[in-house]
Amino acid sequence: MAGSGVKVLGSWSSPYSNRVQITLNLKSIDYEFIEENFYMSNKSERLVEANPVHKKIPVLIHDEKAISESLVILQYIDEAWTSNGPTILPSDPYDRAIARFWASYIDDKWFPWLKELEKASGDEGAIVGNIFEGLMVLEEAFVKCSKGKDYFGGDNIGYIDVVLGSYLGWIKVIETGFGLNLLDETRIPGLTRWAQRFCSHDAAKDVVPQTDKLVQFFMMVQATKTNSSSG
Amino acid sequence: MAEVQVYGVWCSAFVRRVEMGLKMKRVEYEYIEEDLKNKSDLLLKYNPIYKKVPVMLHNRNVLVESLIILEYIDEVWEGPPILPKDPYERARARFLAKFIDDKLPSMWKACWSAGEEREKLIVETREALKILENELKGKKFFGGDSIGLVDITANFIAGWFLGLHESVGLQIMTQENFPNLMKWAEEYSGNSFIKENMPDKEKLVAHYKILKTGAQS
Repeated sequence: MAGSGVKVLGSWSSPYSNRVQITLNLKSIDYEFIEENFYMSNKSERLVEANPVHKKIPVLIHDEKAISESLVILQYIDEAWTSNGPTILPSDPYDRAIARFWASYIDDKWFPWLKELEKASGDEGAIVGNIFEGLMVLEEAFVKCSKGKDYFGGDNIGYIDVVLGSYLGWIKVIETGFGLNLLDETRIPGLTRWAQRFCSHDAAKDVVPQTDKLVQFFMMVQATKTNSSSG
Repeated sequence: MAEVQVYGVWCSAFVRRVEMGLKMKRVEYEYIEEDLKNKSDLLLKYNPIYKKVPVMLHNRNVLVESLIILEYIDEVWEGPPILPKDPYERARARFLAKFIDDKLPSMWKACWSAGEEREKLIVETREALKILENELKGKKFFGGDSIGLVDITANFIAGWFLGLHESVGLQIMTQENFPNLMKWAEEYSGNSFIKENMPDKEKLVAHYKILKTGAQS
Protein backbone atom coordinates (compact mmCIF):
# COMPACT_ATOMS: atom_id res chain seq x y z
CA MET A 1 0.00 0.00 0.00
CA ALA A 2 3.00 2.28 -0.44
CA GLY A 3 1.96 5.71 -1.61
CA SER A 4 -1.69 5.68 -0.65
CA GLY A 5 -2.56 9.14 0.63
CA VAL A 6 0.98 10.43 1.17
CA LYS A 7 1.52 14.14 0.71
CA VAL A 8 4.37 16.43 1.61
CA LEU A 9 3.79 20.13 2.18
CA GLY A 10 7.23 21.56 1.60
CA SER A 11 9.53 23.61 -0.54
CA TRP A 12 12.28 22.71 -2.98
CA SER A 13 14.56 25.21 -1.22
CA SER A 14 14.10 23.99 2.34
CA PRO A 15 16.62 21.50 3.73
CA TYR A 16 13.99 20.31 6.20
CA SER A 17 11.60 19.55 3.40
CA ASN A 18 14.41 17.97 1.34
CA ARG A 19 15.25 15.50 4.05
CA VAL A 20 11.66 14.23 4.12
CA GLN A 21 11.66 13.85 0.33
CA ILE A 22 15.00 12.03 0.38
CA THR A 23 13.79 9.63 3.06
CA LEU A 24 10.58 8.85 1.18
CA ASN A 25 12.67 8.27 -1.95
CA LEU A 26 14.98 5.92 -0.03
CA LYS A 27 11.96 3.89 0.98
CA SER A 28 10.47 4.02 -2.53
CA ILE A 29 7.31 5.62 -1.18
CA ASP A 30 5.27 7.56 -3.73
CA TYR A 31 4.03 10.92 -2.60
CA GLU A 32 2.45 14.09 -3.84
CA PHE A 33 4.66 17.11 -3.32
CA ILE A 34 2.90 20.39 -2.66
CA GLU A 35 5.07 23.50 -2.88
CA GLU A 36 4.37 26.08 -0.17
CA ASN A 37 5.61 29.67 -0.15
CA PHE A 38 6.81 29.27 3.40
CA TYR A 39 8.83 32.48 3.46
CA MET A 40 5.78 34.69 2.96
CA SER A 41 4.06 35.88 6.09
CA ASN A 42 0.60 34.79 4.99
CA LYS A 43 0.69 31.02 5.07
CA SER A 44 -1.72 28.94 3.05
CA GLU A 45 -4.85 27.68 4.78
CA ARG A 46 -3.74 24.20 3.95
CA LEU A 47 -0.46 24.67 5.85
CA VAL A 48 -2.09 26.32 8.84
CA GLU A 49 -4.59 23.47 9.08
CA ALA A 50 -1.89 20.84 8.80
CA ASN A 51 0.49 22.50 11.25
CA PRO A 52 -1.50 24.86 13.46
CA VAL A 53 1.17 24.97 16.18
CA HIS A 54 4.11 26.16 14.07
CA LYS A 55 2.60 26.90 10.66
CA LYS A 56 5.81 25.61 9.09
CA ILE A 57 6.95 23.16 6.49
CA PRO A 58 7.57 20.33 6.12
CA VAL A 59 4.40 18.51 6.98
CA LEU A 60 3.84 14.89 6.02
CA ILE A 61 0.26 13.87 5.51
CA HIS A 62 -0.35 10.14 5.65
CA ASP A 63 -3.83 8.62 5.72
CA GLU A 64 -5.13 12.10 6.49
CA LYS A 65 -2.96 12.48 9.59
CA ALA A 66 -0.48 15.34 9.69
CA ILE A 67 3.00 15.00 11.12
CA SER A 68 5.32 18.02 11.55
CA GLU A 69 8.96 18.64 12.50
CA SER A 70 11.41 17.05 10.09
CA LEU A 71 13.18 14.76 12.58
CA VAL A 72 9.84 13.55 13.92
CA ILE A 73 8.72 12.88 10.35
CA LEU A 74 11.88 10.91 9.52
CA GLN A 75 11.35 8.64 12.51
CA TYR A 76 7.67 8.28 11.65
CA ILE A 77 8.54 7.16 8.12
CA ASP A 78 10.90 4.55 9.57
CA GLU A 79 8.23 3.26 11.94
CA ALA A 80 5.14 3.43 9.72
CA TRP A 81 6.65 1.69 6.70
CA THR A 82 8.35 -1.41 7.94
CA SER A 83 8.66 -3.37 4.73
CA ASN A 84 10.24 -0.71 2.54
CA GLY A 85 13.90 -1.50 2.82
CA PRO A 86 16.33 -0.87 5.67
CA THR A 87 15.44 1.58 8.43
CA ILE A 88 17.28 4.86 8.29
CA LEU A 89 17.88 4.73 12.01
CA PRO A 90 20.15 1.87 13.11
CA SER A 91 18.59 -1.12 14.86
CA ASP A 92 20.81 -1.11 17.96
CA PRO A 93 19.47 1.22 20.72
CA TYR A 94 22.86 2.77 21.47
CA ASP A 95 23.60 3.39 17.78
CA ARG A 96 20.16 4.98 17.54
CA ALA A 97 21.00 7.27 20.45
CA ILE A 98 24.25 8.25 18.73
CA ALA A 99 22.40 8.96 15.49
CA ARG A 100 19.86 11.13 17.32
CA PHE A 101 22.67 12.93 19.13
CA TRP A 102 24.45 13.88 15.91
CA ALA A 103 21.21 14.92 14.23
CA SER A 104 20.52 17.23 17.15
CA TYR A 105 24.09 18.58 17.11
CA ILE A 106 23.89 19.30 13.38
CA ASP A 107 20.48 20.99 13.60
CA ASP A 108 20.78 22.82 16.91
CA LYS A 109 24.46 23.63 17.24
CA TRP A 110 26.27 23.46 13.91
CA PHE A 111 23.87 24.69 11.22
CA PRO A 112 22.86 27.78 13.26
CA TRP A 113 26.47 28.97 12.81
CA LEU A 114 25.92 29.05 9.06
CA LYS A 115 22.72 31.04 9.53
CA GLU A 116 24.67 33.48 11.73
CA LEU A 117 27.01 34.16 8.81
CA GLU A 118 24.06 35.25 6.70
CA LYS A 119 23.16 37.87 9.28
CA ALA A 120 26.48 39.64 8.57
CA SER A 121 26.84 40.93 12.12
CA GLY A 122 30.55 41.78 11.72
CA ASP A 123 31.68 38.81 13.76
CA GLU A 124 32.44 36.66 10.73
CA GLY A 125 35.89 35.52 11.87
CA ALA A 126 34.67 33.91 15.05
CA ILE A 127 31.64 32.38 13.34
CA VAL A 128 33.72 30.85 10.54
CA GLY A 129 36.05 29.48 13.21
CA ASN A 130 33.11 27.75 14.87
CA ILE A 131 31.88 26.36 11.56
CA PHE A 132 35.27 24.81 10.79
CA GLU A 133 35.62 23.46 14.30
CA GLY A 134 32.21 21.86 13.95
CA LEU A 135 33.20 20.29 10.64
CA MET A 136 36.21 18.69 12.31
CA VAL A 137 33.90 17.27 14.98
CA LEU A 138 31.59 15.93 12.27
CA GLU A 139 34.54 14.48 10.35
CA GLU A 140 35.46 12.51 13.45
CA ALA A 141 31.86 11.41 13.86
CA PHE A 142 31.79 10.30 10.23
CA VAL A 143 34.91 8.18 10.68
CA LYS A 144 33.47 6.55 13.81
CA CYS A 145 29.95 5.96 12.48
CA SER A 146 30.83 4.88 8.93
CA LYS A 147 33.50 2.41 10.06
CA GLY A 148 35.21 2.72 6.70
CA LYS A 149 32.02 2.51 4.66
CA ASP A 150 30.39 5.08 2.40
CA TYR A 151 27.88 6.69 4.72
CA PHE A 152 27.30 7.54 8.39
CA GLY A 153 24.73 4.76 8.14
CA GLY A 154 27.31 2.30 6.76
CA ASP A 155 26.57 0.76 3.37
CA ASN A 156 23.30 2.66 3.06
CA ILE A 157 22.24 6.24 3.64
CA GLY A 158 21.03 6.59 7.22
CA TYR A 159 19.57 9.16 9.56
CA ILE A 160 22.68 11.32 10.03
CA ASP A 161 23.40 11.23 6.29
CA VAL A 162 19.94 12.57 5.50
CA VAL A 163 20.10 15.25 8.19
CA LEU A 164 23.52 16.61 7.22
CA GLY A 165 23.13 15.87 3.52
CA SER A 166 19.97 17.97 3.30
CA TYR A 167 22.10 21.03 4.12
CA LEU A 168 24.60 20.48 1.29
CA GLY A 169 22.81 22.81 -1.13
CA TRP A 170 22.99 25.69 1.36
CA ILE A 171 26.55 24.81 2.38
CA LYS A 172 27.59 25.34 -1.24
CA VAL A 173 25.71 28.67 -1.33
CA ILE A 174 27.63 29.82 1.76
CA GLU A 175 30.90 28.69 0.17
CA THR A 176 30.10 30.70 -2.97
CA GLY A 177 28.76 33.73 -1.14
CA PHE A 178 31.56 34.03 1.41
CA GLY A 179 34.45 32.62 -0.58
CA LEU A 180 34.94 29.78 1.88
CA ASN A 181 36.10 26.26 1.20
CA LEU A 182 34.10 24.37 3.78
CA LEU A 183 34.16 20.95 2.13
CA ASP A 184 37.93 20.94 1.91
CA GLU A 185 39.42 17.56 1.08
CA THR A 186 42.69 18.34 2.82
CA ARG A 187 40.96 19.17 6.11
CA ILE A 188 37.94 16.88 6.06
CA PRO A 189 38.59 14.17 3.47
CA GLY A 190 35.94 11.78 4.74
CA LEU A 191 33.12 14.31 4.69
CA THR A 192 34.18 15.86 1.39
CA ARG A 193 33.99 12.54 -0.42
CA TRP A 194 30.81 11.64 1.47
CA ALA A 195 29.19 14.86 0.25
CA GLN A 196 29.88 13.98 -3.38
CA ARG A 197 28.51 10.48 -2.90
CA PHE A 198 25.41 11.77 -1.14
CA CYS A 199 24.57 14.37 -3.79
CA SER A 200 24.84 11.81 -6.57
CA HIS A 201 22.76 9.15 -4.81
CA ASP A 202 19.51 8.36 -6.61
CA ALA A 203 17.38 9.31 -3.61
CA ALA A 204 19.04 12.72 -3.24
CA LYS A 205 20.26 13.86 -6.63
CA ASP A 206 16.99 15.41 -7.77
CA VAL A 207 16.21 16.82 -4.35
CA VAL A 208 19.33 18.66 -3.16
CA PRO A 209 18.92 21.99 -4.97
CA GLN A 210 21.43 23.39 -7.45
CA THR A 211 23.64 26.13 -6.02
CA ASP A 212 22.78 28.84 -8.56
CA LYS A 213 19.05 28.25 -8.13
CA LEU A 214 19.41 28.58 -4.36
CA VAL A 215 21.48 31.74 -4.66
CA GLN A 216 18.77 33.29 -6.83
CA PHE A 217 16.14 32.21 -4.33
CA PHE A 218 18.12 33.67 -1.41
CA MET A 219 18.45 37.05 -3.19
CA MET A 220 14.73 37.03 -3.97
CA VAL A 221 13.79 36.39 -0.35
CA GLN A 222 16.16 39.13 0.84
CA ALA A 223 14.57 41.55 -1.65
CA THR A 224 11.10 40.59 -0.41
CA LYS A 225 12.16 41.28 3.17
CA THR A 226 13.65 44.67 2.22
CA ASN A 227 10.54 45.65 0.26
CA SER A 228 8.20 44.70 3.04
CA SER A 229 10.16 46.51 5.69
CA SER A 230 10.76 49.81 3.86
CA GLY A 231 8.06 52.49 3.58
CA MET B 1 30.71 -0.33 39.32
CA ALA B 2 26.94 -0.17 38.90
CA GLU B 3 25.59 -1.11 35.50
CA VAL B 4 23.85 2.27 35.21
CA GLN B 5 25.16 5.61 36.42
CA VAL B 6 23.56 9.03 36.18
CA TYR B 7 25.54 12.24 36.50
CA GLY B 8 23.31 15.10 37.50
CA VAL B 9 22.46 18.01 39.75
CA TRP B 10 19.62 17.77 42.26
CA CYS B 11 17.76 20.80 40.95
CA SER B 12 17.76 19.96 37.23
CA ALA B 13 14.48 18.99 35.63
CA PHE B 14 16.39 17.40 32.76
CA VAL B 15 18.26 15.08 35.11
CA ARG B 16 15.01 14.15 36.90
CA ARG B 17 13.52 13.13 33.55
CA VAL B 18 16.20 10.49 33.13
CA GLU B 19 15.74 9.26 36.70
CA MET B 20 12.01 9.09 36.11
CA GLY B 21 12.52 6.89 33.06
CA LEU B 22 14.82 4.56 34.96
CA LYS B 23 12.45 4.36 37.93
CA MET B 24 9.51 3.55 35.66
CA LYS B 25 11.43 0.58 34.33
CA ARG B 26 12.63 -0.34 37.82
CA VAL B 27 16.26 -0.02 36.78
CA GLU B 28 18.75 0.35 39.61
CA TYR B 29 21.30 3.09 39.11
CA GLU B 30 24.05 4.93 40.88
CA TYR B 31 23.54 8.69 41.09
CA ILE B 32 26.52 11.05 41.09
CA GLU B 33 25.98 14.69 42.04
CA GLU B 34 27.99 17.15 39.97
CA ASP B 35 29.07 20.64 40.91
CA LEU B 36 28.40 22.70 37.77
CA LYS B 37 30.73 25.44 38.95
CA ASN B 38 33.51 22.91 39.16
CA LYS B 39 32.77 20.21 36.60
CA SER B 40 34.42 16.86 37.12
CA ASP B 41 36.95 15.47 34.66
CA LEU B 42 34.62 12.56 34.06
CA LEU B 43 31.73 14.83 33.06
CA LEU B 44 33.93 16.73 30.64
CA LYS B 45 35.20 13.44 29.24
CA TYR B 46 31.69 11.99 28.77
CA ASN B 47 30.08 15.13 27.40
CA PRO B 48 32.84 17.15 25.75
CA ILE B 49 30.56 18.97 23.32
CA TYR B 50 27.92 20.29 25.71
CA LYS B 51 29.62 19.75 29.12
CA LYS B 52 26.18 19.36 30.69
CA VAL B 53 24.13 17.03 32.81
CA PRO B 54 22.40 14.63 32.60
CA VAL B 55 24.90 12.05 31.42
CA MET B 56 23.93 8.41 31.68
CA LEU B 57 26.34 5.51 31.52
CA HIS B 58 25.01 2.05 30.75
CA ASN B 59 27.78 -0.51 30.77
CA ARG B 60 30.15 1.13 28.31
CA ASN B 61 27.55 3.27 26.58
CA VAL B 62 27.68 7.01 27.24
CA LEU B 63 24.46 8.90 26.64
CA VAL B 64 23.61 12.60 26.81
CA GLU B 65 20.52 14.76 26.17
CA SER B 66 17.51 13.82 28.30
CA LEU B 67 15.05 13.06 25.49
CA ILE B 68 17.58 10.88 23.68
CA ILE B 69 18.28 9.04 26.94
CA LEU B 70 14.55 8.47 27.54
CA GLU B 71 14.14 6.87 24.11
CA TYR B 72 17.16 4.66 24.84
CA ILE B 73 15.72 3.61 28.20
CA ASP B 74 12.43 2.72 26.51
CA GLU B 75 14.19 0.62 23.90
CA VAL B 76 16.53 -1.23 26.23
CA TRP B 77 14.39 -2.10 29.25
CA GLU B 78 11.04 -3.87 29.59
CA GLY B 79 8.34 -2.34 31.72
CA PRO B 80 5.71 0.39 31.38
CA PRO B 81 6.22 2.08 27.99
CA ILE B 82 7.52 5.63 27.88
CA LEU B 83 6.44 6.07 24.25
CA PRO B 84 3.21 4.74 22.75
CA LYS B 85 3.28 1.82 20.32
CA ASP B 86 1.43 3.38 17.40
CA PRO B 87 3.73 5.28 14.96
CA TYR B 88 1.43 8.29 14.69
CA GLU B 89 1.03 8.52 18.49
CA ARG B 90 4.80 8.22 18.84
CA ALA B 91 5.25 11.07 16.37
CA ARG B 92 2.74 13.17 18.32
CA ALA B 93 4.58 12.47 21.59
CA ARG B 94 7.95 13.38 20.08
CA PHE B 95 6.48 16.54 18.55
CA LEU B 96 5.06 17.70 21.89
CA ALA B 97 8.22 16.78 23.82
CA LYS B 98 10.28 18.87 21.41
CA PHE B 99 7.73 21.67 21.62
CA ILE B 100 8.02 21.75 25.41
CA ASP B 101 11.81 21.70 25.28
CA ASP B 102 11.86 24.56 22.76
CA LYS B 103 9.58 26.67 24.95
CA LEU B 104 11.35 25.95 28.24
CA PRO B 105 13.97 28.72 27.94
CA SER B 106 11.30 31.43 27.52
CA MET B 107 9.19 29.94 30.31
CA TRP B 108 12.21 30.09 32.54
CA LYS B 109 13.15 33.59 31.45
CA ALA B 110 9.58 34.77 31.96
CA CYS B 111 10.00 34.03 35.67
CA TRP B 112 13.12 36.16 36.00
CA SER B 113 12.75 39.07 33.63
CA ALA B 114 11.08 42.43 34.08
CA GLY B 115 9.24 45.14 32.23
CA GLU B 116 8.44 44.89 28.54
CA GLU B 117 10.59 41.83 28.00
CA ARG B 118 8.72 40.04 30.74
CA GLU B 119 5.34 40.93 29.27
CA LYS B 120 6.42 39.56 25.92
CA LEU B 121 7.70 36.34 27.47
CA ILE B 122 4.53 35.87 29.49
CA VAL B 123 2.45 36.12 26.32
CA GLU B 124 4.71 33.60 24.60
CA THR B 125 4.57 31.25 27.59
CA ARG B 126 0.80 31.41 27.80
CA GLU B 127 0.48 30.64 24.09
CA ALA B 128 2.62 27.57 24.58
CA LEU B 129 0.69 26.51 27.66
CA LYS B 130 -2.57 26.86 25.75
CA ILE B 131 -1.44 24.20 23.31
CA LEU B 132 -0.62 21.84 26.16
CA GLU B 133 -3.90 22.73 27.87
CA ASN B 134 -5.84 21.66 24.77
CA GLU B 135 -3.80 18.50 24.46
CA LEU B 136 -4.94 17.44 27.92
CA LYS B 137 -8.68 17.69 27.17
CA GLY B 138 -10.36 14.55 28.50
CA LYS B 139 -7.05 13.02 29.56
CA LYS B 140 -5.54 12.38 32.95
CA PHE B 141 -2.01 12.52 31.60
CA PHE B 142 -0.53 13.51 28.24
CA GLY B 143 0.17 9.81 27.84
CA GLY B 144 -3.49 8.93 28.51
CA ASP B 145 -4.21 6.90 31.62
CA SER B 146 -0.56 6.62 32.54
CA ILE B 147 2.43 8.88 32.26
CA GLY B 148 4.54 8.92 29.13
CA LEU B 149 7.25 10.85 27.36
CA VAL B 150 5.36 14.13 27.25
CA ASP B 151 4.43 14.01 30.95
CA ILE B 152 8.04 13.34 31.89
CA THR B 153 9.26 16.11 29.57
CA ALA B 154 6.70 18.49 31.10
CA ASN B 155 8.00 17.79 34.62
CA PHE B 156 9.46 21.27 34.59
CA ILE B 157 5.98 22.73 34.51
CA ALA B 158 4.64 20.61 37.37
CA GLY B 159 7.58 21.05 39.70
CA TRP B 160 9.86 23.87 38.78
CA PHE B 161 7.60 26.33 36.99
CA LEU B 162 4.88 26.12 39.63
CA GLY B 163 7.51 26.15 42.38
CA LEU B 164 8.84 29.41 40.97
CA HIS B 165 5.29 30.77 40.85
CA GLU B 166 5.20 30.37 44.60
CA SER B 167 8.61 31.78 45.39
CA VAL B 168 8.58 34.69 42.96
CA GLY B 169 4.85 35.40 43.23
CA LEU B 170 3.90 34.76 39.61
CA GLN B 171 0.47 34.54 38.01
CA ILE B 172 1.42 33.18 34.60
CA MET B 173 -0.31 29.82 35.01
CA THR B 174 -3.35 29.78 37.24
CA GLN B 175 -6.35 27.59 37.99
CA GLU B 176 -8.47 30.09 36.16
CA ASN B 177 -6.64 30.24 32.88
CA PHE B 178 -5.19 26.70 32.71
CA PRO B 179 -7.47 24.33 34.65
CA ASN B 180 -6.42 21.18 32.74
CA LEU B 181 -2.73 21.85 33.26
CA MET B 182 -3.20 22.66 36.94
CA LYS B 183 -5.13 19.41 37.42
CA TRP B 184 -2.46 17.52 35.50
CA ALA B 185 0.29 19.09 37.63
CA GLU B 186 -1.52 18.06 40.79
CA GLU B 187 -1.94 14.48 39.51
CA TYR B 188 1.65 14.36 38.34
CA SER B 189 3.18 15.75 41.53
CA GLY B 190 0.73 14.01 43.83
CA ASN B 191 1.42 10.52 42.53
CA SER B 192 3.65 9.02 45.19
CA PHE B 193 5.88 7.29 42.67
CA ILE B 194 6.52 10.59 40.94
CA LYS B 195 6.77 12.50 44.22
CA GLU B 196 9.96 10.61 45.10
CA ASN B 197 11.40 11.86 41.86
CA MET B 198 10.75 15.56 42.41
CA PRO B 199 13.17 17.66 44.38
CA ASP B 200 12.00 18.77 47.80
CA LYS B 201 9.72 21.74 47.10
CA GLU B 202 10.90 23.85 50.01
CA LYS B 203 14.54 23.25 49.16
CA LEU B 204 13.81 24.23 45.54
CA VAL B 205 11.91 27.37 46.50
CA ALA B 206 14.69 28.41 48.89
CA HIS B 207 17.27 27.75 46.16
CA TYR B 208 15.38 29.98 43.74
CA LYS B 209 14.98 32.76 46.27
CA ILE B 210 18.75 32.82 46.60
CA LEU B 211 19.18 32.74 42.82
CA LYS B 212 16.70 35.58 42.41
CA THR B 213 18.49 37.75 44.94
CA GLY B 214 21.73 36.97 43.18
CA ALA B 215 20.20 37.79 39.80
CA GLN B 216 19.00 41.15 41.00
CA SER B 217 22.22 42.22 42.73
